Amino acid sequence: MGSRGWKHTQRWIAILYVALLVAWPVLLVFWNTFADGLEPIIETFTDPYVLNALRLTAVAAFWSVLLNTLFGVTVSILLVRYEFPGKRLLNALVDLPLSVSPIVVGLSIVLVYSTTGGLFGEPLERAGIQVLFSTPAIVLATTFVALPLVIREVVPVLQEVGTDQEQAARSLGANTVQTFRRITLPAIRWGLTYGVVLCLARSIGEFGAVKVVSGNLIGRTQTATLMVEQLYYDFDQEKAFAIASLLALISIITIIAVSLLRTRAEAKEPS
Amino acid sequence: MTLAPVTTTRRPSTKGRRVVPRSTLTKGSGLALGIAVLWFSILVLIPLAVVVGTALAGGLPQFWNTLTNPQTLAAILLTLGEAGLVTALNVVMGTIIAFVLVRDSFPGRRLLEIIIDVPFALPTIVAGLVLLGLYGPRSPIGIDVANTRSAVFLAFAFVTLPFVVRAVQPVLQELDPEVEQAARSLGASGRQTLFRVVLPALAPAIAAGAALSFARAVSEYGSLVLISGNLALRTEVTSVRILTYIEGGQGAQAAAVATVILIVALIVIVALDLLQRRIARRG
Repeated sequence: MGSRGWKHTQRWIAILYVALLVAWPVLLVFWNTFADGLEPIIETFTDPYVLNALRLTAVAAFWSVLLNTLFGVTVSILLVRYEFPGKRLLNALVDLPLSVSPIVVGLSIVLVYSTTGGLFGEPLERAGIQVLFSTPAIVLATTFVALPLVIREVVPVLQEVGTDQEQAARSLGANTVQTFRRITLPAIRWGLTYGVVLCLARSIGEFGAVKVVSGNLIGRTQTATLMVEQLYYDFDQEKAFAIASLLALISIITIIAVSLLRTRAEAKEPS
Repeated sequence: MTLAPVTTTRRPSTKGRRVVPRSTLTKGSGLALGIAVLWFSILVLIPLAVVVGTALAGGLPQFWNTLTNPQTLAAILLTLGEAGLVTALNVVMGTIIAFVLVRDSFPGRRLLEIIIDVPFALPTIVAGLVLLGLYGPRSPIGIDVANTRSAVFLAFAFVTLPFVVRAVQPVLQELDPEVEQAARSLGASGRQTLFRVVLPALAPAIAAGAALSFARAVSEYGSLVLISGNLALRTEVTSVRILTYIEGGQGAQAAAVATVILIVALIVIVALDLLQRRIARRG
């Protein structure tokens, strides 16, 4: 086979594989959602239980993004700009949540916050704070799984921009806070936005870890993804497809936003 | 999306000897480090340590009994086996897709680029529903893999699609075309250039992507609950097995299986770190 023929074969193998595995199935979900007209969709998104689930997903995603942004930016700066013993270890460990099964994440939270024998659960119980099977556990699980995403985006940008401008600002008398706000933050803003968007998408979509810790109480601790599963098992497929389509739409918008951001960032800072 | 783990270690000197890093922390940054490590420990490290502790608390015999329970053992073997197969598929398909994205240009290339990332961003339960649509009982093309081992394979293949592609792509982009031209001008055939020059340069990236893909498959849960049927001894994966133990109140057994999975994840992380450093040294 000539090299041109091989190139064409390769192209079609790639397109066919991705189409059969991803594109067609995803399109089919949208198709199934709109197959019976708009009525089931309107019914789904006016159902108080569905709205409750969406609200809980939003709350969990909000806290996860907030906590992971604060933690992520702090750790990124420490890892890139400072030297300290144990840095390599910390650098490796912050990636850990990406490799841990969501079910194991859920299990770890259940074991620690159990009111009978849990390391944190028992003292909190005595203080009258319930973590498991309520919103705090859902927030913890969501924050856990999305933890490395901001760091992974910000660290390479910080390394890239270097310290020249920061040192210049410092030598001109700017303090740490001023240097961060005027120099560092603007320099990392695209990487940070990118990390935040990924963190948001991951938080909205989390399923396994939340399932383990939430107790899955309808109308109380059920997030949008948990509701999709339950509706599917209850043969309420129209509603399941409607919520799934909404979640799929959010993730596709995320990808496109990230793709545009990346193009823009690369155009601005030619490397 | 950046997939390779972030590398921050910079060699301070050109000497081969490793220099013990001295702390450059100020009062403020030291405090920030303390708070960050405390939060990280409370959220991640202590809970994971408790999982391992719970698994070992019952003693090694109990640990061993759990793992050799026929249903659990079947789940572990199925998960590792299917994850291995899917990773092999990804090594081939991921490398081909990366080549197409970097070296080929055709209308729709940008779209292909975007679709590759869909499995990353799509909630796993939605991924399961998505696969059921085309490959379930109501398949418009008549392929129904629901409740079979092929369903597990399919779900793994879906969620791990981007890893090898995204690991290989940047390395392939950076690869100097002059090296290939030199090989060609010295009389190497296209195939020889590919196998002697290009693929060896890509090998660390392919391996890194494969490791990530394997780790992800081993820990997968959401995308396969709906389509695999979770049948004991047949389509039940470790994540489902752990969940069954949790729901049955058998924390120690759940922890034992989880520990095995955690160890696999740790091995993968260490392997990745080593590979990453090899790539850095080459670059």
